[in-house]
Amino acid sequence: MMRTWQSARRLLPLIAVFGMVLAGCGREDLSVLRPQGPAAESSLGLMKLVISIMIVVLLIVFSIAVYVMIRFRRKPGQNETPEQVEGSFKLEVLWTVIPLILVIVLAIPTVRTVFALGDNHSGDKNAIKVKVTGHQYWWEFEYPDYGIKTAQDLIIPAGKDIAFELTTNDVLHSFWVPSLSGKIDTNPTGATNRFSFSAPKEGVYRGKCAELCGPSHGFMEFKVKAVSNDEFNQWIEAQKAPAVLPEDPALAKTFKEQCLKCHAVGDQGLSVGPNLTGIGSRESVAGILLNDDTRQDGAPVEENLKTWLHDTQGVKPGNRMPDPSKDMGLTGDEIDRIAEYLAGYKLN
Amino acid sequence: MAQAAHTLKSPKPAAHGVKRHTGLMDWITTVDHKKIAILYLWAGGLFFGIGGIEALLIRWQLIKPMNDFVDAQTFNELITMHGTTMIFLGVMPIIFALMNAVIPLQIGARDVAFPFLNALGFWTFLFGGLLLNLSWIMGGAPDAGWTSYTPLSGTAYSGTHGVDFYTIGLQIAGLGTLIGGINFLATIITMRAPGMSFMRMPMFAWTTFITSAIILFAFPAITVGLVLLTFDRILGANFFVPGGGGSPVLWQHIFWIFGHPEVYILILPAFGIISEVIPTFARKRLFGYSSMVFATILIAFLGFMVWAHHMFTTGLGPVANALFAVSTMLIAVPTGIKIFNWLFTLWGGSVRFATPNLFASGFIPTFTMGGVTGVMLASAPADFQFHDTYFVVAHFHYVIVGGLVMGLIAGLHYWWPKMFGRMLSETLGKWTFWTFITGFHLTFFVQHFLGLMGMQRRVFTYLPNQHFDTLNLVSTIGAGLMGIGTLIFLTNIIVTSKKPPDAGDDPWEDGRTLEWSIPSPPPEYNFKHTPHVRGLDAFWKEKTAGNKGMAPAEPIGSIHMPSATPLPFIMSVGIFIAGLGFMFSRDHFGSALVSFLFNNYIVTGLGLLITFGAMLMRSLYDDHGWHIEPEELEGR
Amino acid sequence: MTTTHAEPIEGGLPYEPEKATAEGRNKVLAFWLFLGGEAVLFGTLFATFLALRNQTNEGPAANDLFHLPLVAEATFLLLVSSLTSVFAIQAMHRNRPALLRNWLLVTVVLGLGFLGLEIYEFSQYVRDEKFGMTTSAFSSAFYTLVGFHGAHVAFGILWISLLIGQLAYKGLTAVTAPKIYVSAMYWHFIDVVWVFIFTVVYLLGKVG
Repeated sequence: MMRTWQSARRLLPLIAVFGMVLAGCGREDLSVLRPQGPAAESSLGLMKLVISIMIVVLLIVFSIAVYVMIRFRRKPGQNETPEQVEGSFKLEVLWTVIPLILVIVLAIPTVRTVFALGDNHSGDKNAIKVKVTGHQYWWEFEYPDYGIKTAQDLIIPAGKDIAFELTTNDVLHSFWVPSLSGKIDTNPTGATNRFSFSAPKEGVYRGKCAELCGPSHGFMEFKVKAVSNDEFNQWIEAQKAPAVLPEDPALAKTFKEQCLKCHAVGDQGLSVGPNLTGIGSRESVAGILLNDDTRQDGAPVEENLKTWLHDTQGVKPGNRMPDPSKDMGLTGDEIDRIAEYLAGYKLN
Repeated sequence: MAQAAHTLKSPKPAAHGVKRHTGLMDWITTVDHKKIAILYLWAGGLFFGIGGIEALLIRWQLIKPMNDFVDAQTFNELITMHGTTMIFLGVMPIIFALMNAVIPLQIGARDVAFPFLNALGFWTFLFGGLLLNLSWIMGGAPDAGWTSYTPLSGTAYSGTHGVDFYTIGLQIAGLGTLIGGINFLATIITMRAPGMSFMRMPMFAWTTFITSAIILFAFPAITVGLVLLTFDRILGANFFVPGGGGSPVLWQHIFWIFGHPEVYILILPAFGIISEVIPTFARKRLFGYSSMVFATILIAFLGFMVWAHHMFTTGLGPVANALFAVSTMLIAVPTGIKIFNWLFTLWGGSVRFATPNLFASGFIPTFTMGGVTGVMLASAPADFQFHDTYFVVAHFHYVIVGGLVMGLIAGLHYWWPKMFGRMLSETLGKWTFWTFITGFHLTFFVQHFLGLMGMQRRVFTYLPNQHFDTLNLVSTIGAGLMGIGTLIFLTNIIVTSKKPPDAGDDPWEDGRTLEWSIPSPPPEYNFKHTPHVRGLDAFWKEKTAGNKGMAPAEPIGSIHMPSATPLPFIMSVGIFIAGLGFMFSRDHFGSALVSFLFNNYIVTGLGLLITFGAMLMRSLYDDHGWHIEPEELEGR
Repeated sequence: MTTTHAEPIEGGLPYEPEKATAEGRNKVLAFWLFLGGEAVLFGTLFATFLALRNQTNEGPAANDLFHLPLVAEATFLLLVSSLTSVFAIQAMHRNRPALLRNWLLVTVVLGLGFLGLEIYEFSQYVRDEKFGMTTSAFSSAFYTLVGFHGAHVAFGILWISLLIGQLAYKGLTAVTAPKIYVSAMYWHFIDVVWVFIFTVVYLLGKVG
């Protein structure tokens, strides 16, 4: 029996290594373990410090445990009573003081990092201001300095500090881009949160909602796209350009009367639902249908738009968008043509 | 001992003169702590099974990406009910089962201080739990998570009665817990046998004492929280409704001011069990008893001032986050004291690996791993990443399953012969251990990495190509193995119950505390004479001094017993009816009569009438109890 | 296990009849514990009230609402009732059941007076000020905190009335004495809670 026990002990680190190798620490654009920005790096730095200390603690506990369980197990026929030791003042002080020292070692960088990450750049003139609003189940990004709104894809200039101001329109959500930064909740107005991060490298990073917000909580994903300064300015200008409506006047009329009651394109429509300006060049449809012409990670944007518009509840259960055919009375053909139009609505 | 044994002048009805209930009525009317323990065990076991099935369904849904085994809404109901059921209706009753079975015996008492309240506590818990679980068949289970964060749990976003079942069911069950806590506090303060000072109490009695104190000071907070949420949902109040000026963050504070101490309500009894099992099977007294007591008290104390570490990402600001991070880390110190004291109890001992000790030995490293990740979570900037991911899921399952549940299974194997007079099979026990612990580590170890790789918790499914697939599959396989372990344990229980009683007074042969000095199972009066306690590990002390048993503290005399009564059961039925009535007081029913009855609070009133009527009966008719006379005691 | 119990103790009651039996002593101890829990309960309600007291949602605010003279009268009644319940316990300790009954009666009457004023106050708010449970977070917190206290007073009145009945029927015994004693503890507790309500809800509401 002891033999099995020992082998199980030996298995534990093996499982750990196995797990790590298996996973390769996760995707570069998603994993906490592969930080792509200073905020995520400082979180991971602390994690590394804690885990190193804790592995030492674990090793000590495990070795003593294994030793006593083997060394002091009762052998057959052994029947004497061991000495009844009351305790040991010295030892007990030892294992009170050492953990206390470890806690202090840990507490100092923790407190320092808490305050460092507390700098939300809200007064920083060079920072790009973004108002994040959580909705069931999509993200709205407003750039108050530029007077534009977008949804699902957060476009930021690489290397610049972004000063976020976060609220929710309905229930609590939590804004999380693991490879760039830790998360922060979106509370209703009155408890607005502010925080900041930056992405030094250009690229697309995956973001998620981390607070249970309803059935499609798991599908409330978004992307952060860090682009060069020039590209960012181009994008801002393109976003400000007047709306491009469908060429077919009948379809344009339907689109205006039905879709723009909630959505906006360019200078037209309302912002109840996600802003659709340039949706053809986004990374995903509805945050969850990934656009990928190579079909490795998803499907081409037009196909995704059709999938979405034909069955919104199937794609994202419990979402608040009225169903285009059942609730708004659009025909299948109209839906397909709107999808085609939207897929072609690209910026830059 | 607080109450001296008076010999009574007028003879009271003796055992043979008392109406004895049998069968179901016996269980419904019993006020005997040993029978209430068994009731708690079966009821807790039932809910534990339901929670376990929910867990398996959750894991089956997550076995592969984009699975559609259950839909999103059902998944949210499953996770909510799994958490709520396991914590409030699964493990807490089993903790109470062991407390009831063991504490009066360990302190040398013939019952708890308030046998009637003890029964009431059980029945309110049971009816609260039943009410909560009725939600599955009455329009949908609660779906806002076991934490029920507002506004998601408000009527605007959770339109079914699910969350009402949660608030009212937990309210009723929580009442039972509070009653139990007060009862054990009073019992331990006043009912200890002569000579048993506080510093001679067994560790399990100590942890029960401290746990009860935490219950007393933590549960009223959730009582208020649940009332406020109920008022928001049913009376249209605005506590947590942003549009009416309410504050969702306030709910988080109230919930966690209760919720974090709740964690210690759960884990301290497990610490107590481990502190009983290890000395018994190492044949050696607990190392550093006084520091263990001190550590327990310190953990309870610190447990009340760390709640906001569950809210690091709420946006409380750097000052609050820093303070709560440091106070949380401090808890590692007393916890560390405990772990090393257990290890050094084994050091130099003569360690036998019977099933209880196998679980206790598995507990130490497993719980340490959970504690370690706890310290990691305490570091606020790191927690910005960990929070609400599978890393947290892994952490609290290491603490609650790897810690508490392993402790409970150890305790159940250890005290089973005392409760039922039969030894559980050692072979099956060892099978239970190896399948359960292997399954456990498979399920939860990998979840640490899932969290770090970006998988948030409470998602009903996930996209492929995120490196989540294999680890989730491993986790699901592990969960299946844990399920098998549980089934083996259940088989063991059934097989054992068919055997003739075989347990002696001291079946593990190395029992150290008072419960091992009396028959298994004990007679209804527990101790023929109240024992006289001469030190820590009272029974061990007598055994090593060459005495056969405990020295009596009194001559054999007439023993007064409390009467069986159905009133606790009736009172709980009343609360159950009142709760259901209140919950549906704003609904429109097909039948005008039913609508009338519910909408005018007639059903609620009727329920309360039953409860208060039963209370009135209890107050008006004094319970004189009955007596077991010395000749009956000698006759056995 | 308890060995002494229900019956008049022969040769008269001891000085503190509530502590004459183990049941009595246990009851008093457990009631102290219960009051500890109650303190947390009201503490949480107070915290909630303090957090939400300025969230008036464009409804009436504390300053417009409260009429201190009325509340002061209610406070006076409740404080005096606490005093009369002290007299009741003193009468019990002197083993004078009739006097005990009378003081308990006075306590109940004063409690009823308090409750009447509170109901009058609430009805005024609802009718004249359009200040109901659903008006604002402040109103919800106000009615819940003060209403919880009011419900405690109502329960106390019913409880003490029941005990007056039992006193007449069963007499002052080792069983009834602890019940009367703990009901007095309860009454003092809700009195203390009211002092906090008066300060935190009414005075603070008028001042700030």
